[in-house]
Amino acid sequence: MISIKNLHASVEGKEILKGLNLEVKPGEVHAIMGPNGSGKSTLASVLAGREDYEVTEGEVTFNGKNLIELSAEDRAREGLFLAFQYPIEIPGVSNINFLKTAINEIREYKGLDPIDPKQFLALVKEKQKLVELDGKLANRSVNEGFSGGEKKRNEIFQMAMLEPTLGILDETDSGLDIDALRIVANGVNKLRSPERSFIVVTHYQRLLDYIVPDYVHVLYNGRIVKTGPKELALELEEKGYDWIKSDAQNAAV
Amino acid sequence: MADKNEILEEHISSEYKYGFVTDIDTEFAPKGLNEDIVRFISKKKNEPEWMLEYRLKAFRHWLTMEEPKHWAHLDYPAVNFQDISYYAAPKKKPTVNSMDEVDPELVKTFEKLGISLEEQKRLVGMESKIAVDAVIDSVSVKTTFKEVLAEKGIIFCSFSEAVHEHPELIRQYMGSVVPYTDNYYAALNSAVFSDGSFCYIPKGVRCPMELSTYFRINSSGTGQFERTLIVADEGAYVSYLEGCTAPQRDENQLHAAVVEIVAQKDGEVKYSTVQNWYPGDKNGKGGIYNFVTKRGICAGSNSKISWTQVETGSAITWKYPSVILKGDNSIGEFYSVAVTNNMQQADTGTKMLHIGRNTKSTIISKGISAGKSNNSYRGLVRISKGAKNARNFSQCDSLLMGDKCGAHTFPYIEIHDKSGVVEHEATTSKIGEDQIFYCNQRGIDTEKAIGLIVNGYCKEVLNQLPMEFAVEAQKLLAVSLEGSVG
Ligand SMILES: Nc1ncnc2c1ncn2[C@@H]1O[C@H](COP(=O)(O)OP(=O)(O)O)[C@@H](O)[C@H]1O
Ligand SMILES: [Mg+2]
Repeated sequence: MISIKNLHASVEGKEILKGLNLEVKPGEVHAIMGPNGSGKSTLASVLAGREDYEVTEGEVTFNGKNLIELSAEDRAREGLFLAFQYPIEIPGVSNINFLKTAINEIREYKGLDPIDPKQFLALVKEKQKLVELDGKLANRSVNEGFSGGEKKRNEIFQMAMLEPTLGILDETDSGLDIDALRIVANGVNKLRSPERSFIVVTHYQRLLDYIVPDYVHVLYNGRIVKTGPKELALELEEKGYDWIKSDAQNAAV
Repeated sequence: MADKNEILEEHISSEYKYGFVTDIDTEFAPKGLNEDIVRFISKKKNEPEWMLEYRLKAFRHWLTMEEPKHWAHLDYPAVNFQDISYYAAPKKKPTVNSMDEVDPELVKTFEKLGISLEEQKRLVGMESKIAVDAVIDSVSVKTTFKEVLAEKGIIFCSFSEAVHEHPELIRQYMGSVVPYTDNYYAALNSAVFSDGSFCYIPKGVRCPMELSTYFRINSSGTGQFERTLIVADEGAYVSYLEGCTAPQRDENQLHAAVVEIVAQKDGEVKYSTVQNWYPGDKNGKGGIYNFVTKRGICAGSNSKISWTQVETGSAITWKYPSVILKGDNSIGEFYSVAVTNNMQQADTGTKMLHIGRNTKSTIISKGISAGKSNNSYRGLVRISKGAKNARNFSQCDSLLMGDKCGAHTFPYIEIHDKSGVVEHEATTSKIGEDQIFYCNQRGIDTEKAIGLIVNGYCKEVLNQLPMEFAVEAQKLLAVSLEGSVG
């Protein structure tokens, strides 16, 4: 699915990712945890193709293609989806119009005709249920005036609509109460399939009670410093990150 | 990223698709301005004595005035009024009844503009929505649907024709809203205007279709000075559209129009315009100077005048469509999108003058600046003494693309009656890299993303436009701004 080798990336001349390796196979769910500022969002942004981030070394292969060479929109069209940590508002553009434009751009890239409007509306209805999104929100402007929880649900709704092969969730759980967390996690679980993989970035273990990962990685100081089974998340929850930090520092010395 | 620059290049080379020149045989007045030229124009048009007198009075007044230069947020070299030809007309005068007699080049021009008159004509009899009057350079060449409209007593014709056919209406209303003494360009227009549109909706009639005028400056070295006069009599309603384009030329051309609107008791006029005059190239060479005076008066009670404008063209725009709210309970509205890119400069806004009781006005202004352009909103809300319970709501938003452009807001508020309530909101935002990246991440490329974001930002205004115009305006916005981020 995606293979990341020795990835180095900087922003404004400052190196943030310092030789990161990660291999995700189809159908797998990988959790990435780590203290604030360790580079989790940077990794998500680099993979999604954000311009301010410069890849200085390493390679990323996504479904057989060199990801680094693709524009952000082509990465999306190839099936990479990023659920933003802070979803962006686009005033005056309805969610529906936004998604229809997105779907049709992706279809055009694949050489398909624009989606039939009836089929599109049926899809909207179906996928809204997945995250219990109020029908009214679909007609409102993209994320404008949405509560924190609604924004996050809207991200998962969009993911369901665009049917990516790789979903990257950047702290989708932050700012959610327990009910919203369950709804979002349920939505993601329903989208799990043997062909679809997820990278779930989270600060807390509790999301992983609902979205059970195949692997847990700890990102610290721009590198993956520890990888383990889902139980690693519990250990982190209990002990915090300090032992990892000192381990990593000792290793570096 | 490299592809943004490519998009920008592509955009700049392709942006103004109306830049063609049509090879129509044209008759000019000699360059320069004096009383003889004013007489020449009047004679060419075979005008009655009263019309010539009006022009001469305006001309003599203009001579006493000074070109306004310093108050608007604009910067441009002085206009040489002696280097302009004040009259240019297609030599072959097309007749109204037969399309065959229209200069084929002219028909081609309309087709390029996307308003095939043939098409329009075929639609007569079927349920058609728009009647078109087209003004090329200075002369109105064609008014469609006249017969259909005449059945309802609606007059929609060229201004010159109205001078001959409806002198009583012209004498009653011309200059009643914008007198020739009003300002420098209004005086100039009153002296040398060559044509324009006239529209009169009689008492109690709802005009069954949109009335529309297309203005086109074609010849080089000319100015365009048209006049539009729209009158909705008691209980009448009309929706009027105006569109304009001009060829791409290195010189600056002057467009100084006057638009007057009168709404009598219970009358309503909705005036929409998409202004797309040639803006000049990316270095600021060429382009139209657009100095127009547009004003309406809600003369009777419960009347309403609504201006909607989408301004994308012109090198320089100087324009303040206004409403005098004289009748009790009258309503004035101003919805505006003004886009400036490259070296364009715009100083535009509105004036809402509350005089009657319980009058209401709404101002929604959306400015978008890109490139090295300057975009200013200038608006006056005045509540006169005795204008009891007047209400105004103003919202002025500015959107910046890049960091070399400027956006300025100059709201003037004068309240002379304590019962008045004026609300003013203003925001300035930057089109975010964040927003564009968000769209990119959903598979939408940067070009489409900008179109989407800008149209969203302008939605309140675009919603006011009639359907056909709204679609056109949306495309125009996307084209005017493409590549301006990055
Ligand atoms: N656009 C940026 N400009 C400068 N520094 C940045 C930028 N984005 C992230 N950083 C820095 O990179 C480091 C990693 O940040 P981030 O990837 O957001 O961490 P996380 O998501 O793990 O909390 C932090 O030190 C942060 O300050
Ligand atoms: Mg983060």
